[in-house]
Order: sequence, then C-alpha cells, then structure tokens
Amino acid sequence: MNINKLKKKIPGRATLRGVTAIVVFIIIWELGARSEELFGYRFPFLGLVPAPSSVFVSWAQLIGDPSYWSSWYMSFLRVFGGFLAAMIIGIPLGLFMAVNRTFYGMAFPSFEVLRPIPPLAWVPASIIFWPTQELSIAFVTFLGAFYTIVINVLGGARSINKQFLQAAQSMGATQWDIFRRIILPATLPSIVVGSAVGMGITWEVVVAAEMISGGGSDGGGAGGGLGFFIWSSYVGGSYEQIIVGMISIGIAGYFSSELLRQLGGYLTPWLKSR
Amino acid sequence: MSSDNLPTNSGSEIVANNIGKTFGAGPFAKEVVKDCSFTIESNKLTVMIGPSGCGKSSIIQLIAGFEQPTSGEITIGGRPVSGPGKDRLVLFQESALFPWMTTWDNVMYGPRARGEAGKEAVEQAEFLLAKVGLEAFRDKYPAQLSGGMQRRAELARAMINKPEVMILDEPFRGLDHMSKELMWEYYAALFEEDRNTNFFITTDIDEAIFLADRLLIMTNLPTSTRSVIEIDIPRPRVIEDITNNDRANEIKTEVMTLLHEEAMKSFTGGSQAAADFLEAYSKRAG
Repeated sequence: MNINKLKKKIPGRATLRGVTAIVVFIIIWELGARSEELFGYRFPFLGLVPAPSSVFVSWAQLIGDPSYWSSWYMSFLRVFGGFLAAMIIGIPLGLFMAVNRTFYGMAFPSFEVLRPIPPLAWVPASIIFWPTQELSIAFVTFLGAFYTIVINVLGGARSINKQFLQAAQSMGATQWDIFRRIILPATLPSIVVGSAVGMGITWEVVVAAEMISGGGSDGGGAGGGLGFFIWSSYVGGSYEQIIVGMISIGIAGYFSSELLRQLGGYLTPWLKSR
Repeated sequence: MSSDNLPTNSGSEIVANNIGKTFGAGPFAKEVVKDCSFTIESNKLTVMIGPSGCGKSSIIQLIAGFEQPTSGEITIGGRPVSGPGKDRLVLFQESALFPWMTTWDNVMYGPRARGEAGKEAVEQAEFLLAKVGLEAFRDKYPAQLSGGMQRRAELARAMINKPEVMILDEPFRGLDHMSKELMWEYYAALFEEDRNTNFFITTDIDEAIFLADRLLIMTNLPTSTRSVIEIDIPRPRVIEDITNNDRANEIKTEVMTLLHEEAMKSFTGGSQAAADFLEAYSKRAG
C-alpha cells in the first residue's frame, strides 16, 4: 500500500521538476532575446533569436490558420505512413533473417551495404524513381525507420536465451508454436526499442525531406508539412514562425514517442513488473 | 508423442554406452565427454556429481537430445535417443521460465503447445500450482517471484507434462542456503510421492547425498564415470541425516577424496608449479 502511494507521488514530483525547468528556460530565453533593450548589450546567440513572447504571439495567430494545421497533418501522415510501412516490412524481414540461415546469408550483406547510406542521400534518387513527390518523401521517411527496426528485431531475435527454445522443444512444441509464443514475445522488447528509435529518425528525415523537396506536390504552403513550413518561414523572413515550426516538431515528436511508449508498455507488461 | 500411450514408470531406464562428445572441429575441437558409460535406473533418483566445468551439462544436452553424441549411443528404455521429446524434461541451471508469461501460462505451456489444453490440463495445472504452493502467484510474472518460487514454478511446468524422466541441471544453484535446504526436502518429497526416474546434476556434495539413491561420480574433463555409490540412507531423509549420520559421513569422505583427486587434476592442468604443489601437498597429507 505504502509503495503504491509512493509511486503515485513520484510522477507528480517529476512533472513539477519538468515544468520548472521549462519555465526557467523560457525566462532565460526571454531575457536573452531582449538583452539589447534591457541591458544595452546583446547576448551572443540568444540575442539574435526572437523572444518567446513574440513567438507566442505569432503562434496564437497561427492557431486559427488551417494551413498551419495542415502542415501538422501532412507531416504526421508522412511519418506514420513511412513508419507503418517500415514496421510492416521490417519486422517480418528481421524475424525471417533471424530464423532462416539461408535467407540471412543472402540478405544480410546487401542489407549492411545499404544501411550506412543516410536516408537523405536517397532523396534525389527517390525523386527520380517515384512517380510523385509525395511518394518520394514517404519512401525516404520509410528508410529512416526501416534499418533501425530491422537491425533491432534481428538482434533481439538472435539473442534469445537458447534454453527457452530447448524448454519449449522438449515440451513438444511445434516450430510454429515456438515462433509464435517464444520467439515473437522474446523479440517484442527489441521491436519496441527499435520502433522508438526509428520513430525519432523518421521525424528527422521527414522534416529534411520536406525542406529539400519543397513540401510535396500540392504547391503553396498547403501540402507542405512542418519542414516546409519552417523553410518557407525562413524564406519569407518570419523568424518567429521558424521557432513555432521547430517547437511544433518537438511537440509532435514527443506525442509520437509517447504513443509508442504507451503501446510498447501495453504489449510488454512483464517488463514493468521488474 | 507416441510416449503418451506408454505406461509411465516403466522402461525409462537410460543407458549411456561408451559415449563421447567433441565440440568444434580441427584445432578448435574440444573433447568434453570420453568413453563414458553409465546407467540411470528406472524409478530411482540418480545424482551425478563432478568437478565444475567437467562436462556434466554436456551429458544433459546429450540425454535431452539437444545434441548428438560424437560416438557411442544413449538409449531410453531400449530406444535410441534421436532428438528432444516430452518423455524427458530438463530443468536448467538458470530459470528458463518464459518471462513474458504469467506463472499460470508457463505451467500451461506444454499442454497448450501440444493442443491438449482441455479441462483435464486446467485441473492438473491448478492441482500442481497448489502442490508447489503458488496458487496466490498464478498471475505474477517470473520476475515477480523469488528464486525458490521460480524453481517451484518450473517444477510444476515440467510435471504437468508427466515426463517419464526428469532431468535437473544444478537446479538449486544460486539459491541461499536456507532456501536450498527447503528445496531439497521439498523436491525429495515430490520424488518419493511418485518415484519417477530422476536424473539430477550437482557440484554440491551435501545435496548429492541428501537426494540420491545412486550417486555417479564423474572424472575431470573429458569426463567419464569414475565411480558409482549406492546411497543406502533410508528415506524420508531429514537434514540431520547428512550431518549427524555415520553412514552419510563415510560416503561424504569417500566422495570428497575422489572429487578432490579430480579437482586437483584440473587444478594442475599441465602447469609444473601446480604439479609440484600437488606432490608436496600429497606427501604432507600422507
């Protein structure tokens, strides 16, 4: 009982600390950005950045602007599209490489040659070989998560305690049952970790891809996504909006990771019990 | 699977006939078992003891059918061992409970894996959980159980499959002394209840004498059978039987002398300094 009470208190205190840190950070930023008018001396770096108050004002104006939300929507669509495709292809591929030596021997060398190529290096090629710009962005986003997921699934599935397999075998389990009820759950923690890392890379990649490709086929700001939103704000000279775009990506990434964490915790309840 | 139809407690005698096992090949080859013969008699608790790292676990891999011997043959009730089967179940050194399954799901794994998870299996699982005292922990994950509980859950998981032979590889290693003694008494009581064929591996002399009907003493690497001792201390035994019992002390001295010789062989391992020490030591002892 006491332990449960204590556990309930801890997140509260952690939240308080988190909020305090953000508030302190915003105050320092505000002071730094206004350093010239306040102290007659412009702080390096912070003195050049728009103040959080003006960023907030600019943000408040954008809240009612549908094209801002459509940037969110486009980026989310690309991130989750690419990410889901990476899971759907990457998890079975990693598992199959882990359980089948012949396939591993065939696939792993090419995989390892392709893996070090940064997803962004694929941008020009993918613009050439995908019919629409949207597809080429989705493809590059897919690559961002794909390698990480495959390598984690493969590593997780290959490092299963041999005794789990032997125990299952000696209790008369079939190959399919061993795969379904031993290999798959034993690999789940690695799948969750791989997905969380992959999700982070996906956001990095989507933003860069949107900047490079000019934000998709629809033209204007509407089809742009958050990366294009930042880029067009920069081109248009609206520095407050650059910051709004950056923070938006931060928040979007946080929600994506949190979603994965919740899902991961739900899928691997035995890890919580430690 | 055909073993389901065989009556239990019969024809489960395990015979190892001149078996050898070499791992690896060429310059990396390591001979672990050599010219090794022994019999694990039906309906007895046979304990195998030997210096640590002498290849006892390899023998388990061979009997369980996870590995094939390089030479010789192992038979169970006259049938040669060709692969793993649910007639022989292994309890490993470290817990091999599936961490992602609750106690209940772990115990039910065998029946479910074979598609036999009917009412009978559920009743049997409930009965076994009660027997190992884990009814209250049926929905806990292995990580939430103590070391002793994990071992008991594992015993239940094995017993539900009604194996003809139980193979235990240092199952109580790593438990603290008190839990260990409790587990000895508990495990011995379980064994005495149905007297299935049990094969138990250990490096602990007290454990060996407390549990065994027959004691196989193994040589150092590459291992073979050094000697066999019948432990004729009457059952049920209590812990005092291995501390304040003349017969137990006699056996203990005999086992220790043999094991000490074997341990010394592995200790010298070709080193001149160690060999000199051994010589001086044995003179002094003499």
